[in-house]
Amino acid sequence: MIIPQLSIFLENKSGRLTEVLEALGKENIRIIALSVADTSEFGILRLIVPDPDRARALLKEQHFTVNISEVISVRTPNEAQHYARLLRILSDLDISVEYTYGFPHGKEAVIVLRCSNNEEAVKALENKNIELLSAKDFKDF
Amino acid sequence: MDIWNRHIECMDRDELKRIQSERIVETVERVYFNVPYYRHKMQEAGIGPEKVKSIDDLWKLPFTTKQDLRDNYPFGLFAVPMTEIVRIHGSSGTTGKPTVVGYTRDDIAIWSEVMARTLTCAGANRNDFIQIAYGYGLFTGGLGLHYGGEKIGASVIPISGGNTRRQIQIMHDFGSTVIACTPSYALYLAEAMIESGISRDEFKLKAGVFGAEPWTENMRREIEDKLKIKAIDIYGLSEVMGPGVASECLVQEGLHISEDHFYPEIIDPETLEVLPEGSMGELVFTTLTKEGLPLIRYRTRDLTRLNYGRCKCGRSMVRMDKCIGRSDDMLIIRGVNLFPSQIESVLLEMSGIKPHYQLIVDRVNNLDTLELKVEVDEDFFLDKISQLETLRMKLQDNLQSSLGLGIKVTLVEPKILGRSEGKSNRVIDKRKF
Ligand SMILES: [Zn+2]
Repeated sequence: MIIPQLSIFLENKSGRLTEVLEALGKENIRIIALSVADTSEFGILRLIVPDPDRARALLKEQHFTVNISEVISVRTPNEAQHYARLLRILSDLDISVEYTYGFPHGKEAVIVLRCSNNEEAVKALENKNIELLSAKDFKDF
Repeated sequence: MDIWNRHIECMDRDELKRIQSERIVETVERVYFNVPYYRHKMQEAGIGPEKVKSIDDLWKLPFTTKQDLRDNYPFGLFAVPMTEIVRIHGSSGTTGKPTVVGYTRDDIAIWSEVMARTLTCAGANRNDFIQIAYGYGLFTGGLGLHYGGEKIGASVIPISGGNTRRQIQIMHDFGSTVIACTPSYALYLAEAMIESGISRDEFKLKAGVFGAEPWTENMRREIEDKLKIKAIDIYGLSEVMGPGVASECLVQEGLHISEDHFYPEIIDPETLEVLPEGSMGELVFTTLTKEGLPLIRYRTRDLTRLNYGRCKCGRSMVRMDKCIGRSDDMLIIRGVNLFPSQIESVLLEMSGIKPHYQLIVDRVNNLDTLELKVEVDEDFFLDKISQLETLRMKLQDNLQSSLGLGIKVTLVEPKILGRSEGKSNRVIDKRKF
């Protein structure tokens, strides 16, 4: 239930994001989910793609600083209370969420989370019958 | 460990002093009678050649500077007729005119001899393949190494600088065992070697002789780790001879100076007084045998110190420390002296960043500002903003505490900072004075 995610270090200057996406686009790499976190100095681009190892190798060739990190993902109805519920489950167990982002999928939402302890988070959510997505599920999006 | 010229390099120091004294007397006479510029300078200082009876009298003589060489551009300080000059080299001359150096046939022979000592110091011999990636041409690096390599009977590969891909290919195909280049280019080659996809086991490289720019102990470690070689520091400057003036042995505890040809002193760059043994200061050289361009008390601007203790390798020749920088490179920031090498030391003590940096100095509202761009180490980079921020703040703190200067740190992507193929351009000073 752990999903590999690409993390790319970006200097805060115009055009870098475009260059990453163009490099991937040239090789027809599909982007399933994307999120950018930034400070005034630099940013981190996070991507979920069908074949992260290949995408990583491609970006390394272009001299990007890129690594693979691990996230978990759940599918919930597209309403705030459901999002709140799963965050509550985690915080009740003292599992903190380092970052999260989401995207709509039909009438539902797909939520991506990086937790202080992903394995425990998976266990906790499964115990509450929350639907966790696998890397394979993502390939079908 | 082989020694090229055991008789000289392991000589008793009293015997060495006797040779140096004989040679300084001859040198001073030669410049006094053959070079009008030196004669006038000595007359102004009220010193005739008869006042110099041994090496202990050297301090009485006036200094020579790079400016003196420029003022006598191109051949004014040569001490022999041009018919005796068989080779001319020059410094790059980034500021103003280049400095020009002429060599007689004997000068070239001595240069080859001291370069043979240098290469033997690095563990090289006739079985080696020496890839010379220093530039050939007016710059002394290429040809200096070349003649030394031939003298010891090694197979010399005169590939010259640049064209990194080709360097890697030749290094692999010819089985180069020794590489000679600048230390910053060595790091560049290390990366190119990894990128070539050829496994390290397929290369025969075992040692590198690196010089022509200041580098730190930490940079040495990085080169040795990445290239899996012994990295030997060599020292020389074209005005004095070129490479071969001094070299580390495999003990790597200082660079042995070929004192029978180049006599070193350490002075205070402000007061110009000769400093006591072991003091840190500016290195000054007097050539003892050179014919084409003899130099009396030439100020190198390099900062180092001398160690007269006998080395574990058996050589008795004095050792100079790795140069900590040039007095020319010294930046004065808000009244504080700063050497770029100090920044590098701070970087190498930290994990998470690479020792490649660029320092940008500017002046905003009459206040000096410093920005340091450093590369994030990919192996360290995960995906937390907080982790990167912590790294940045920690580096700022470390710089503040070891240099006493506030420096703004910016994290940048790799390979953007110039690992130029020659001297690296680590400092950009935008201040206008
Ligand atoms: Zn030694």
